[in-house]
Amino acid sequence: MTAETPWATDLAGDAAAVERPLTDGALLELRGVSKTYTSGSLDVAAVRNVDLVVNHGDYVAIMGPSGSGKSTLMHIIGCLDVPTSGSYWLAGVDVAGMGESDLAVVRNQRIGFVFQQFNLLPTMSAWRNVELPLIYAGVSRAERRRRAIDALTRVGLADRVDHRPGELSGGQQQRVSVARALVTEPDLILADEPTGNLDSTSTAEMLELFAELNQQGRTIVLITHEHDVAEAADRMVVMRDGSLDEPTGARR
Amino acid sequence: MTWLETLRTAYDSLRTRRLRSALTMLGILIGIAAVMLTVGLGQGAQKQVTDQINKLGSNLLIVTPGSTTSSSGVRGGRGSATTLTIDDAAVLADPSVAPDIARVAPTSGGSQSLVAGTTTWTSNVVATNAEWLGVRARSVAQGRFFTAAEVTSESSVAVLGSTTAAQLLGSTNAVGQTITVGGQNVTVIGVLNTEGSTTGGDQDDLVVMPLTTYASRLSTSANPRSVSTIYIEAKDATSLSAAYQETTNALLSAHGVTLATQDFSVSSQQAIVETATSTSRILTVLLGSIAAISLLVGGIGVMNIMLVSVTERIREIGLRKALGATPRIILRQFLVEASLLGLAGGLAGLALGMLGAAILPRLVNFPVAISPVAAAAGLGVSLVIGITAGVYPASRAARLAPIEALRSE
Repeated sequence: MTAETPWATDLAGDAAAVERPLTDGALLELRGVSKTYTSGSLDVAAVRNVDLVVNHGDYVAIMGPSGSGKSTLMHIIGCLDVPTSGSYWLAGVDVAGMGESDLAVVRNQRIGFVFQQFNLLPTMSAWRNVELPLIYAGVSRAERRRRAIDALTRVGLADRVDHRPGELSGGQQQRVSVARALVTEPDLILADEPTGNLDSTSTAEMLELFAELNQQGRTIVLITHEHDVAEAADRMVVMRDGSLDEPTGARR
Repeated sequence: MTWLETLRTAYDSLRTRRLRSALTMLGILIGIAAVMLTVGLGQGAQKQVTDQINKLGSNLLIVTPGSTTSSSGVRGGRGSATTLTIDDAAVLADPSVAPDIARVAPTSGGSQSLVAGTTTWTSNVVATNAEWLGVRARSVAQGRFFTAAEVTSESSVAVLGSTTAAQLLGSTNAVGQTITVGGQNVTVIGVLNTEGSTTGGDQDDLVVMPLTTYASRLSTSANPRSVSTIYIEAKDATSLSAAYQETTNALLSAHGVTLATQDFSVSSQQAIVETATSTSRILTVLLGSIAAISLLVGGIGVMNIMLVSVTERIREIGLRKALGATPRIILRQFLVEASLLGLAGGLAGLALGMLGAAILPRLVNFPVAISPVAAAAGLGVSLVIGITAGVYPASRAARLAPIEALRSE
């Protein structure tokens, strides 16, 4: 097949180059996604040929031990990184080949992140932390404050709006970061080990909050290495050595 | 993200690191203040010299005798010869010879002891004609200056400088008092207005008396008709060079010499101003460049701190990127931070410079002139330094991969 025979591309329709998402109702769809890191002369495949479909309103846990490649997969799902090969549609848009600036816009508009380390800016009050994504979305200052306080109210921190992260407990800090993830009304909430730094009480509260948000129609993808936490989700997929494995009967 | 938001974010970030921001600004602050002050001092010095020279009188030409060469071949200094005479002054005052010359004041004189009652004082006698007052742009505070008739009649009159009058006669009215100058009785007929000090010394400690009176009674010169300086006032600024030519030509023919054997020299006030100005300009440039180096060091300080800031805030950068900040927005934020540092340092430096300009003249009796142009240029330079120092750190921040930045501890 050469460039001089343009009709030949039609014949290649069955190959790796898929031109649209295959599944109706899918929020995100990964097809044959691989990520290979080159370390010296050695190629290390962190993610191998992963297929994953997450529908609107799903609550999915990606489980796996450390080193299983789940963090890499989370970075790809979160548009923080791009796959080496394969395709990834998020809300009907192919993001696998996007540049850094376009990915930043997709992250801002489509995804709300909750990190293990909370990643709050210590010098800013809770509402100033929550408004951050809205600044990059170009929302006016008054509107940002209104929406930030609204989001903090939804996670039960209406009385902690002006507190700095240092003045809040770990569970409260993680609630602030959930509020920050919610404030843009994203299609997807992507939580990376959200309970990793929390005690058991806060963990339970956090999982309750996620369940509540899911009931309100939010799509949640949760990455964890703890089975108990993964159990809280409606559906569990297991990552092992870079490959994804959906246990039968895990979908409830 | 609007520029206003970027500015706000940058300001917040600098405010939360107050001490560091202040110390970083200090470099720019000192640099700008030093540049403003050195340039201000230079300009002040230049202005002072110009003012002093202008005080000599306007449109002035100064003729001094040439140097002598002794039989052993030793050349004396300028003015050591006694080649200028009252007759030369008379020639120059003739409008048919030198139409562009308005007034001519030949002067002679020297140090003499003065006595009034029991008080003695040594002062400089300026022996001249009635035109001196106008040519040297002086004025009389009390009494009057002597007239041409008094010069002709060799009157025993004198006009005192304000310092001399105060030293010799105290607070009593000097006019009408009789004093002795070098043992000769003279009547004080006037006191000059205060002029102040110049590089030539106190311009108010002098006794002005008619040249004729001085020549016949006090001069110790071999030729009593010789004068030490002839001051010439041109008709106006445009005729100054014509007056210069006429003076030179008239004296060459009067002395029967050629340009090669010229026994006098003519200098214009303008030439003196130019010499003095160029001297102080060299000083200004020299001091200014030292100050500019300190400004450069300040700029490197800003860059250094911005680089540290990028490394230290790597997680913040990663978070901001994860939340939707494009590389361009991160670049802008760090550039604006660096510019703010530069600009704030510049503003503070300007304030310090102006404060210094207000205080310094009281301490060292030296004027400091800070022009609005220099102030604006200082601010502009500090902004440019901030931006320049910010480019590299900002582009490093912008290029950080979000996952690398988030992952770092």
